[in-house]
Amino acid sequence: MPHKRVPAKLALADGTVVSGWAIGRLGEAAGELCFNTSMTGYQEIFTDPSYYGQLMMMSYPHIGNYGVTEEHSEAPRPMVQGVIVRAFSYVYSNPHADTSLDEWLDRHGIVGITGVDTRMLVRLLRHKGAMNAVISSVDLDNESLVEKARRWPSMQGLELASRVSTPDPYELPSDGPFRVAVYDYGVKRSILEQLRSRGCTLRVFPARTPVEAVLAWNPDGVFFSNGPGDPNAMPYAIQTVRFFLEQTDLPLFGICLGHQLMALASGCTVYKMHTGHRGANHPVKNLQTGRVEITTQNHGFAVAADSIDPTVARISHLNLNDHTVEGLEFVGRNAFCVQYHPEACPGPHDSRYLFDEFRARLEVYVTQKVAC
Amino acid sequence: MPKRDDIRKVLIIGSGPIVIGQACEFDYSGTQACRALRAEGIEVVLINSNPATIMTDPMIADRVYLRPLSAENVREVALLEKPDAVLPTMGGQTALNLAVELENEGFWREQGIEIIGADITAIRITEDRQAFRDLMMRIGIDIPRSRLARSLLEAKEIAEEIGFPLVIRPSFTLGGTGAGIVWTREEFERRVLRGLEMSPVHEVLIEESIYGWKEFELELLRDRHDNVIIVCSIENVDPMGIHTGDSVTVAPAQTLSDRLYQQMRDMAIRMMRSIGNFAGGCNVQFAVDPKTERMVAIEINPRVSRSSALASKATGYPIAKVAARLAIGYTLDELPNDVTGTTSACFEPALDYVVVKIPRWNFDKFPGADEELGMQMKAVGEVMAIGRTFLEALQKAWQSLEVGRDGLGMDGRDVLDPQLVRKRLRRPYWDRLLQIRNAFALGASVEEVYDITRIDPWFLHQIRYLVELEREARRYTPRTLPRDFLLELKQAGFSDAQIAHLLQGEVREEEVRKLRQSWGIRPVFKLVDTCAAEFPAETPYYYSAYEREDAWGNPPENESVRSDRPKVVILGSGPNRIGQGIEFDYSCVHGVLAARQEGYEAIMINCNPETVSTDFDVADKLYFEPLYWERVRDILEHEQPIGVIVQLGGQTALKLAQKLHEHGFPILGTAFESLDLAEDRGKFSDLLRELGIPYPPYGVAHSVGEAINVARRIGYPVLVRPSYVLGGQGMRIAVNDEELAAYVQRIYEMLPDNVLLIDRFLENGIEVDVDALFDGEEIYIGGIMQHIEPAGVHSGDSTAVLPPFSLSEEIQATIRDYTERIARRLQVVGAINVQFVVQNEVVYVIEANPRASRTVPFVAKATGVPLADIATRLMLGRKLREFRHLLQPRLEGYAIKEPVFSFEKFPEVERELGPEMKSTGEAIVFVRDLRDEHFQRPYKIRSLYLSR
Repeated sequence: MPHKRVPAKLALADGTVVSGWAIGRLGEAAGELCFNTSMTGYQEIFTDPSYYGQLMMMSYPHIGNYGVTEEHSEAPRPMVQGVIVRAFSYVYSNPHADTSLDEWLDRHGIVGITGVDTRMLVRLLRHKGAMNAVISSVDLDNESLVEKARRWPSMQGLELASRVSTPDPYELPSDGPFRVAVYDYGVKRSILEQLRSRGCTLRVFPARTPVEAVLAWNPDGVFFSNGPGDPNAMPYAIQTVRFFLEQTDLPLFGICLGHQLMALASGCTVYKMHTGHRGANHPVKNLQTGRVEITTQNHGFAVAADSIDPTVARISHLNLNDHTVEGLEFVGRNAFCVQYHPEACPGPHDSRYLFDEFRARLEVYVTQKVAC
Repeated sequence: MPKRDDIRKVLIIGSGPIVIGQACEFDYSGTQACRALRAEGIEVVLINSNPATIMTDPMIADRVYLRPLSAENVREVALLEKPDAVLPTMGGQTALNLAVELENEGFWREQGIEIIGADITAIRITEDRQAFRDLMMRIGIDIPRSRLARSLLEAKEIAEEIGFPLVIRPSFTLGGTGAGIVWTREEFERRVLRGLEMSPVHEVLIEESIYGWKEFELELLRDRHDNVIIVCSIENVDPMGIHTGDSVTVAPAQTLSDRLYQQMRDMAIRMMRSIGNFAGGCNVQFAVDPKTERMVAIEINPRVSRSSALASKATGYPIAKVAARLAIGYTLDELPNDVTGTTSACFEPALDYVVVKIPRWNFDKFPGADEELGMQMKAVGEVMAIGRTFLEALQKAWQSLEVGRDGLGMDGRDVLDPQLVRKRLRRPYWDRLLQIRNAFALGASVEEVYDITRIDPWFLHQIRYLVELEREARRYTPRTLPRDFLLELKQAGFSDAQIAHLLQGEVREEEVRKLRQSWGIRPVFKLVDTCAAEFPAETPYYYSAYEREDAWGNPPENESVRSDRPKVVILGSGPNRIGQGIEFDYSCVHGVLAARQEGYEAIMINCNPETVSTDFDVADKLYFEPLYWERVRDILEHEQPIGVIVQLGGQTALKLAQKLHEHGFPILGTAFESLDLAEDRGKFSDLLRELGIPYPPYGVAHSVGEAINVARRIGYPVLVRPSYVLGGQGMRIAVNDEELAAYVQRIYEMLPDNVLLIDRFLENGIEVDVDALFDGEEIYIGGIMQHIEPAGVHSGDSTAVLPPFSLSEEIQATIRDYTERIARRLQVVGAINVQFVVQNEVVYVIEANPRASRTVPFVAKATGVPLADIATRLMLGRKLREFRHLLQPRLEGYAIKEPVFSFEKFPEVERELGPEMKSTGEAIVFVRDLRDEHFQRPYKIRSLYLSR
């Protein structure tokens, strides 16, 4: 087990500083510190654009065990700003992997730290709420690091989607009959795959694409993607979503950030959560069927239940742990959205039926269009 | 969907006596189920013949039938009690088989008794390999290629078709009995014939070998709304080919990518949904080809199991309790997560630690047994350890095993002989991980070891890393050892004793401890909370770990907060083994409950995942830790209890008494000096002489020559045995010098430097066992048990009858008198067990154990007097006179304790009984008089199996 012995530190804005060893690239990185309780799927997590700008702490201790397999990535490169681990696995066992996690992080310039008491830090975040932090193997001065963490801008009010969105539109063909426009606020590859495998030809548009450009492509439906940052800081996107909700009868589907934008566009409030939900074990109840699905979650903001106007939208899915809003169905509209990640990757596949549902709506829409 | 209100009374079928493959995990699950149902206001009726279980206590069920588990008895109880439903999934294969048998007769339907928690059709499918195979193919689940054979000829044809190696599995046998892998034609014929004989339906499955593939298990729960959750994934470190009960396993799975894991999860859910729609627990096993990632389903068990008990302890999620509630109509989303108290039970636990389970074998009890591990389970128990890393958990597990090791080797007891290591590694034996460690120490590469063992390289790299740490440690003396490196060693699970051994110079364990403590290196205690700290949790279930101080120099966080309440620590009995099993956990649980009722904070330390004592809501605080001195001491230093109870956890707990005494931790009840005196043959004999109590002539010896001299002096036949062992290990009867010399030599091979005890063997004597309580002033004789077999058969293997059937009142009075005199002289406070032999109307004392014995639960069940409970209260300062109302034995006729053996697991071992205990379990039978078959049968053959 090769051991790089470069000391590193992790400092939190509340003054907590812990020592460990550097992993990945040597250097420094700051961002909001968040944790994920998934026991598998570190690679999918690190490449999820929703985590852009965040320092990702894995609560499961051994990370890196099965290496990195390029085709499991949710984006072409890691999206997290830094990685925090209790017991990093420098070696991996997987004949199908392309490389080790250490090498891959280094190659993509991601800094990380191992050997720290992640459970203590998770408990700290649980008590004090999300906060900024900095990882460094170049500056080991406690005071200086804490100062850097404090100076780092808060996630609240931060618009990050346009930084991870595609710069130019692109198309992904499929054998199927549907044309779906995807607003890319940081879309995961597996979402696109789920849509394509259900017969949707996709055109992925940059976050700030005007509605006219999308309509000009003549879509059968519009998808609002997941992504990083505070949805309240995205008036341009809220406006776009509102247009589609109010001025068209296109089937609309939103996931995560897309869900929050759809809620905001219909007058709901979205607030920053104390610690957020990040894991692959959250129970969500589908209020229509009464069935429970185990879901992948990754969000620091949530729709305020008491802000929902029942004439505009009703709650379709509920989190069984803390009863937060997990899904909305828009009254009299052909639109629905969920806060969690039905595409999984990582996580359980219990919720993939939502893509089937979207497909069913596309089918109805297309049939009606032809009938007209 | 709320609880069904048409179920008001439920019959639960237990699993009966402990045998290899079906042990006390079913007491744990059954107890949880009973408690859960009663909490719902449901009347619980229980049938189980195992007296050593907590579930058969009057406090657990409304009515308990201590009857042999036969279809006839179940039918009788059901007719008498008229339950609305029967829950057959908590009592292992035994209970399921009984339910199926009665279903086949149409009994349940006839009586309008509903089977809950199980679906008989589902059970039939999962146990009928052909039906299982057909179903899997229908739902598109990949399985190993196989076909059923009902004759040797048919089997041979199939073998031609699939090719060697092949797996032979007899249908409908318990714990995989008779299953095995065969590599040659000769072996094949022998195994097929045996399999055909063993199978109750005389058929065997011939299967493509997936030997060496990676093996996984998932534990599922489903409600009647068809919501399914995966409670835990378990990875077998030992690949396919070794029964999962004999495999070292890890939770959660370590080497599966999310894609593979989710594929497995999808398959498991599809499988469970395909076998009926019962609400309850289910275990699914998979194999994965490491080269191609082809994933095949191996089996599905629609009931709680050994693995679900492990999964419950590993995650904190009470599977049996939830399964019982699902069986009566609740859905998962209606139930709370009892560990957090605030979140839902409908979720999948997230771990932020690693769990390692290692089986405990007892091959020493079965001379001549084939020690190679295979498809058929041979382990008698298991330990589980929790650590922040795989290595920490692995080393803790080795410390838990009580096989005299201080971790995974590196303790001065390693034998680094390349030839031996290679030989041992070639086939799987119990010490496989130790031999892997030895191989790395001898310079083997991960690739070489992988080629031989097929253990996933990730685990091998981990073990090799231990050896690297070992090499580094050898460079230092205590003076040059860097602090951070010492912390790293502790984080990798090294004990102080291992570190002392590795450092240069003559270093003592105590020195290492002092050094690390002076550096502030102490374990912290972390919580098992089902959710990786995402939510606050109330359940006080802890494990130790070593973490770094923060960058400011503040000590690491300790989640176990010491309360202001007076505390009592109860030391558990560790892994089950022959001679020390569930009986001691029974006493420990009663100790915990009594201490709580007496107003103390009761703290349990134990490492056995199969037990009730390690259930998360039994003690006020549970430390899931090895009963290894260093770990126990760390907990005691943290908790500072008013005292420690060592009388309940068998030899495991008692063995720690000396250390406790030396380091000034108070022992509750009988003082250390008395415990010690009773163990010391010389001092104890002096005591008996002083009290005027006869004992067989004896002597001690340190060599063959001395042994022969002693034997000649006291006269043959003699009973020879090593000192300080469990269950009469190595004990033999010798009739002449030659035999004696041979036995002594054998003992010294097993246990060098042992002091031998040689007693005159009292031929044709009647053996008698007494369990009693003493409070320093007064005695209560719990029961006098007369053995049917003559002296010479270990008391644990004897059929014991309570009260005595052929002892005169006078002899019984003498026995009572001797018991009291010994208890008084030893100043016993708590329990005492005395063993006698009556020969020619003379009562001899063989030994006295001032602690709760194996027979305490039997006597308690037979007489209705809660012996372990009262013993604990005596240790806490109460007096017998305060419990007059409880000390009222109620027993009509006789209670018989029948030993139960697992010889069928070792067909190569001759079935014989002697002074060394071999039984794995026991049953209780109540008979009105001695004409009863249960007395007559063993009485007629009482000397049949007696050997030397």
